[in-house]
Amino acid sequence: MITISNVKKLFKTKSGSLTAVNDVNLNIKEGEIFGVIGYSGAGKSTLIRMLNGLESPTSGTVDVNGKLVSNIKGGELRKARQKISMIFQHFNLLWSRTVRENISFPLEIAGVGKKDRDQRVDELIELVGLSGRGDAYPSQLSGGQKQRVGIARALANEPEVLLCDEATSALDPQTTDAILELLVDINKRMGLTIVLITHEMHVIRKICHRVAVMEDGRVVELGDVLEVFKQPKEAITKRFVQQVTEPEETKETIEQLVREVKDGKVIKLTFVGESAEQPVITNLIRSFDLQVNILQGKISQTQNGAYGSLFIHVNGPVNEVRKAVDFLHSAKVGVEVISYD
Amino acid sequence: MIEQLFPNVEWPTMWEATYETIYMTVISVAFTFIIGLLLGLLLFLTSKNNIWENRAVYTVTSIIVNVFRSIPFIILIVLLIPFTRALLDTIRGANAALPALIIGAAPFYARMVEIALREIDKGVIEAARSMGAKVSTIISKVLIRESLPALVSGITVTAIALVGYTAMAGVIGAGGLGNLAFLEGFQRSRDDVTLAATIIILIIVFIIQFLGDFFTRKLDKR
Repeated sequence: MITISNVKKLFKTKSGSLTAVNDVNLNIKEGEIFGVIGYSGAGKSTLIRMLNGLESPTSGTVDVNGKLVSNIKGGELRKARQKISMIFQHFNLLWSRTVRENISFPLEIAGVGKKDRDQRVDELIELVGLSGRGDAYPSQLSGGQKQRVGIARALANEPEVLLCDEATSALDPQTTDAILELLVDINKRMGLTIVLITHEMHVIRKICHRVAVMEDGRVVELGDVLEVFKQPKEAITKRFVQQVTEPEETKETIEQLVREVKDGKVIKLTFVGESAEQPVITNLIRSFDLQVNILQGKISQTQNGAYGSLFIHVNGPVNEVRKAVDFLHSAKVGVEVISYD
Repeated sequence: MIEQLFPNVEWPTMWEATYETIYMTVISVAFTFIIGLLLGLLLFLTSKNNIWENRAVYTVTSIIVNVFRSIPFIILIVLLIPFTRALLDTIRGANAALPALIIGAAPFYARMVEIALREIDKGVIEAARSMGAKVSTIISKVLIRESLPALVSGITVTAIALVGYTAMAGVIGAGGLGNLAFLEGFQRSRDDVTLAATIIILIIVFIIQFLGDFFTRKLDKR
């Protein structure tokens, strides 16, 4: 669906040139929800803007559904953009237009007649759950409702691809989840390919099938979301995964406990997919003469399965503890003995 | 009562002068709006990081605007006498004041337009581009529409300044209330004529301000 080949983007600045995107190659499949995660300045924003020609690469090519977006210009590019929609962090609605008129705008651009426009707008308002708010102005809407208008507007011309530029970063956690659910629903119902950029691993976990991690303009890690959660390779990926699995307060609590524990060991277990649903702890307690104390645990759902982490404290004879660790290893569970020496 | 307060005022002459002032104001505001809007759009679109970014065009336009905005109006009228004569074959009457009024006010309004357009969120323009909008669509449906309240309040301020300019233009023979107040009132020491002309000018200004505020409020949906 989308092929990004050897793409590079240089920006000329006063102090020389800046490489925003450096030799990126990506293949995004049809119907996929593909996430790009990175901190600000990693180049993800520039990358997503090359998918609809708002930026053009210094070298390399971008192909979206058979159209070479990186090379076409003028009318041809404008035509292509009608099928590659975008939603934005700050919604970017026209405040002088009502909800209806905002959603109608891309249809006006595409030259759709008044009657068809009205009908399509009605469908879209229904689809994004804004029935009854059609005549409101954006200033009368909440952030979540504004983003719903943004989504309806983006879907107006029945696009093949939806680009999401930090679409939930300005929203509170509940609203973020509601908008993400709407995106998943649209993806399933219409088979729409979605490319999103974010700095929140929560967003990736919740809706993406695959993820690319960007750092300094390069894609440093790429894979299925669950795989990346299970075995993050790069340091930056590990940090992003920890955003979801180990909130800051947990880390502090565990550090404190490890320091206080005189005997036994603190172990972090990670469960992925099927193993997340097995009674590993029950088996552990039944098989070994150990005291097992659960310190903290969490299970997160991703689009390809569950992912969980559990911190336990095991105490008993040194030999038993060692055998228990071996048992856990054999149970297809990620095991990490924590120590802060 | 009115006869006693304004013994020297010849009302038919006063109404004719009022008509001339309104005529000069309306025509010059209309042309100022169009020319100022075009110049303002040109300034905005050719400025840095914009759709038609062009340093040469921006700089030249900017210099022209600044020069005409800086010349005191009374001097501008005198400087434009040859131009007016070439254009209209006369330098007397209400029409003869129009070139100076428009050339004096349009650059002033152009700057206001430029500022109003800069206030528009860049993201909204980007959104329109991402939908495949043409530049002409962006100008008419995004730039002008989104900045309309500011454009209207700007033209209100400019129109009031233009009423003042017409009074000044009156001094050199363009007619209108300024002319009447100067010739019939000041030079012949008939203070009541000057006062009557002043009151009518104030009423015109108040009406313009009221209309401007009304439409600005009505258009502003932020």
